[in-house]
Amino acid sequence: MSRLGVFVCHCGENIGATVDVTEVAERCKHMPGVAHAEDYKYLCSNPGQNKIKQAIEEHQLDGVVVAACSPRMHEPTFRRAVTDAGLNAYMCEVANLREHCSWVHEKADSTTEKAIDLVRLQVEKVKRNKPLDTIQVPITRSALVIGGGIAGIQAALDIADSGHKVIMVERSPALGGHMAQLSETFPTLDCSQCILTPRMVDVSRHPNITLLTYSEVEHVEGFIGNFKVAIRKRARMVDEDLCTGCGECLQKCPTKNVADSFNEGLSMRRAIYVPFAQAVPNIPVIDTENCRKFQGKKCDRCAKACPTKAIKFDQKDQIINVEVGAIVVATGYQVMGTERFPEYGYGTYPDVITGLQFERYASASGPTQGVIKRPSDGKEPETVVFLACSGSRDAAKGVKYCSKICCMYTAKHAMLLKHKNHHAKAYVFYMDIRSAGKNYDEFVRRAIEEDGVKYIRGRVSRIYEEDGKLIVKGADTLLGGEPVEIKADMVVLASAALPNHGQGELAQKLHVGTDPYGFVAEAHPKLRPVETTSAGIFLAGACQSPRDIPETVGQASAAAAKVTALLSRSHLAREPLVAEVNRKPAPQFSDCTGCLLCETACPYQAIGHEEIKDRNGNVLKTVAKINPGLCQGCGTCVSLCRTKAIDLHGYSNEQIFAEIMSL
Amino acid sequence: MRIGYYPGCSLTSSAREYDESVRAVCEVLDLTLVEIPDWNCCGASSAHVASEELALSLRARNLALAEAAGLDEILAPCAACFSRLASASVELADNPQKCQAVSEVVGMPYSGGVKVLNMLAVLERFKDEIAAKTDQSFRHKVACYYGCLLVRPTKVAQFDRVEDPQSMDQIMAAAGAKPVRWSSKTECCGTGLSTITRTELVANLSGRIVADAAKREAVAIVTACPMCQTNLDMRRPEINQKLQEEHRIPVLYVTQALGLAMGIDPQRLGLHRNMVPVELPEPEPEVVTTDDDDED
Amino acid sequence: MSSISHHDRQTTSLANKIQEVTGVALQNCYQCGKCAAGCPVAGDMEMPSCQVLRLLQYESPDYDRRVLESESIWLCLSCDTCHSRCPQTINTPKVMYFLREEAVRQGLAHPKSKDAQAFHKAFLGSVARHGRLHEIGMLMNYKVRTGHLFQDMTLGSKLYQKGKLELLPHGVKDKAAVKKLFKRTTGNKE
Repeated sequence: MSRLGVFVCHCGENIGATVDVTEVAERCKHMPGVAHAEDYKYLCSNPGQNKIKQAIEEHQLDGVVVAACSPRMHEPTFRRAVTDAGLNAYMCEVANLREHCSWVHEKADSTTEKAIDLVRLQVEKVKRNKPLDTIQVPITRSALVIGGGIAGIQAALDIADSGHKVIMVERSPALGGHMAQLSETFPTLDCSQCILTPRMVDVSRHPNITLLTYSEVEHVEGFIGNFKVAIRKRARMVDEDLCTGCGECLQKCPTKNVADSFNEGLSMRRAIYVPFAQAVPNIPVIDTENCRKFQGKKCDRCAKACPTKAIKFDQKDQIINVEVGAIVVATGYQVMGTERFPEYGYGTYPDVITGLQFERYASASGPTQGVIKRPSDGKEPETVVFLACSGSRDAAKGVKYCSKICCMYTAKHAMLLKHKNHHAKAYVFYMDIRSAGKNYDEFVRRAIEEDGVKYIRGRVSRIYEEDGKLIVKGADTLLGGEPVEIKADMVVLASAALPNHGQGELAQKLHVGTDPYGFVAEAHPKLRPVETTSAGIFLAGACQSPRDIPETVGQASAAAAKVTALLSRSHLAREPLVAEVNRKPAPQFSDCTGCLLCETACPYQAIGHEEIKDRNGNVLKTVAKINPGLCQGCGTCVSLCRTKAIDLHGYSNEQIFAEIMSL
Repeated sequence: MRIGYYPGCSLTSSAREYDESVRAVCEVLDLTLVEIPDWNCCGASSAHVASEELALSLRARNLALAEAAGLDEILAPCAACFSRLASASVELADNPQKCQAVSEVVGMPYSGGVKVLNMLAVLERFKDEIAAKTDQSFRHKVACYYGCLLVRPTKVAQFDRVEDPQSMDQIMAAAGAKPVRWSSKTECCGTGLSTITRTELVANLSGRIVADAAKREAVAIVTACPMCQTNLDMRRPEINQKLQEEHRIPVLYVTQALGLAMGIDPQRLGLHRNMVPVELPEPEPEVVTTDDDDED
Repeated sequence: MSSISHHDRQTTSLANKIQEVTGVALQNCYQCGKCAAGCPVAGDMEMPSCQVLRLLQYESPDYDRRVLESESIWLCLSCDTCHSRCPQTINTPKVMYFLREEAVRQGLAHPKSKDAQAFHKAFLGSVARHGRLHEIGMLMNYKVRTGHLFQDMTLGSKLYQKGKLELLPHGVKDKAAVKKLFKRTTGNKE
């Protein structure tokens, strides 16, 4: 016969005001198997926990039911307490009287009756609980960082600096991400590349970092501490060990008309190229879609020009398999293209550009060496209209959220225009100015007060071309909606930040959740902001939602701290609430018939099979086998098993049935 | 091929030339128009001033009559009629309860399956035939004017793209015309104001459209809406007075323009009924592409 | 200017009625002004669409009245440009339609709306009688109602010369069906 203790918590007024807690304790005393019951104001407090410990000793209890708030809140607290008193942690269960009873019902006798029922269920369960031990899983003490923008760079450097190995995978041929494309950064107007380039070099030189550019994650399996990742290293057609980065090949390539994606299509590049002058690594890539050689024409000019014979036309994609203990997702964002704006010409007006394109014009390394020009005729625009909230906060365009960075970069753009061309006129159409951040609002005021940027509160309804000008039709809502028409030379859309292309597929490979827009979802919006819904996989930067550089860097360091904490241990303790296939004496060996339906049904790929052999090695039976390291205890296999050969520790069929029968 | 035909009130009187040209062009295209027997007025903008129910029922009676006649698609050339009938069709589609309710009012069963098409949606299906039935000598620069009701509200129109639509441009191009790129395609001509004593506003709105078309060097404005045609054509004296310019650019129904390209007798197309005389200049000479151009 | 206090809020505000009848939720409007920016007649209104919606958002009797008495609601062309571009997909033309009807119901309609009302009456009268619109009959009726006897006279004769006006009405055959339809939906034969 069990000797159980029941402890009923008032949770202040939370439970006490609705449920007659004393009555619950009193009634529990008479339940079979209960040796002791009492109530207390706050069981989670130190004195409360001490009460439990004392009672265990005094009454020689072998199991405990705490009737309090949700087990998600304080189960660990109470389990620690019973362990201190010498019991196995899994001999303690929590009955949720708060969320499941007092918060959802009015004060009444029936509410108290329900509370008693809830306790009874747990009493019946604990009677059948068995002591369980945590599972120790070894940890592979290295990390994978996906994405080589500022988020990935910061996370990789922080993890590597703490002494752990990092593998960094970047899809494009070079590090830097969007930050490398930016001209100056708000609110200080320091040059983006100047502050970023040293970090990129640090990554490439760090002894703990293996950098794989032009590479993508192909396949991921495993679990926290033990991920197996296949990485596709795409063929550059250039031998990285032989290439010295001299650039001879680039000069000789006869294909000169490929839209340069680093310059957001505003200039042309060759078929063999380095994305930008300061690229890390400084090793070219042959774009096989545009290279004459790969389009079946005769050409090997780059190979002829190469002094080290580094051009390898026969290079193939490589699959690199790595094992890591943790993963950081830092895959960034993309901006909404101008073609998504029917009312602004569907992207057909060349002088309607995105903010990212404006950055390239404003950048000293850009297609115009930092002179603001317009795409149609290369002239310097006199009147430029900036449209904040282009596509953002626009439910009709599928983006309800604020893209967060636009208010600041739009102020910066208008300011840069005025700095570079004092005669130019800058107009900003906006809905709200969201400039919360250190020195941010001051920055916007500076654009308005010192640089004379004209801010107009209203959205623009339409843009069309007339007589070589762009007619911008807006309204001034501060003048009661009075129509405003501006004849502009160029229009810059602060277009919405969207999840990066390929983000959805990557999320599927990683088994991490995404939000309705496709951004990577955090485990908890407030308390676990850099963890994903999958243990051991963390996130940083704009892949979670639009954010600026300071926030991204802060978040990347936070993710790195989480990774470092994880990798600081050699083993990981996991809850032993896993499923197991039963074993029986020969000749039955197990109830499992080896149908292996469970293997295909398991959402965590935790089930395989094993062969039971005799001494001579003859296979007697094939049965399912569950890897306790991978099993998440979801119970899918248990419900599916036709011979009831699988049971879940801590939630056995026997326990569940006993709970139900007690009602 | 045959299709249900809903002329609507305008096409029997003030927009008679639209009806005449629709019939003439459809005959060339081998499209048989089956007039909905005993159709009634769609209620225009006035019916739901009296009651929403009246508005829906007036439209639904026409749909029910079409259904009874075995017509699952009907052509409503008048953009306003199209918009009203299509909105009823959309509202009643897949809504058996509403169909039931309206059937009782109308006194006829309606199951919700009749689809309403505008003139452009029908002509779009015949682009190849149009190209084949014309000698491509109608090389006029035309301004294709869609107005509001053919593209908006998008849920009702379910047709073309809402900004800078292309269907009419493509239809006219198939007939050999050179549609101009312009920005007033879907600007409102101001019909909604004709019922309130602000005709000067109508002249203003319609004037912008006429001026824009002229500026883009179009020799004709082509439309598929009797309201638009009336405002741009019949109100031309007020427009010219407002603009202080003498614009003589004619306003043709799309079927009138196609009819001319097909060589149909202008009398049959009702060209004599247009207020602004339809006098098109000699089309520009055809640009002959050399063999060299073709090769590169 | 009107001072707004909590007590001024009505339980049956116009905004409430609009939501009930048209399904349009005015609180969704965040005052971006895109409607006014694209409206062909915003410049001619004493208060453009966004301001009309703003006043209604207050749910105050004073502002509701100001909206109902305005000429703006009668200037709306129903061109749907605002609705098609609205980031919140607010059906402003539908709201304007409702406001006109409400203004007439409450006897607050702007004097200039009289013609419009007369037009709709004349139009419906013709449709109720013939099942189809008889333009001349309708126009004569309208002119008598409004007193604009000589407006567009020359235009009328020109239209007639062009064969664009029918002297005699060509109605539907089943007039009883139309009459019944009117009776069932409006409660009278109009």
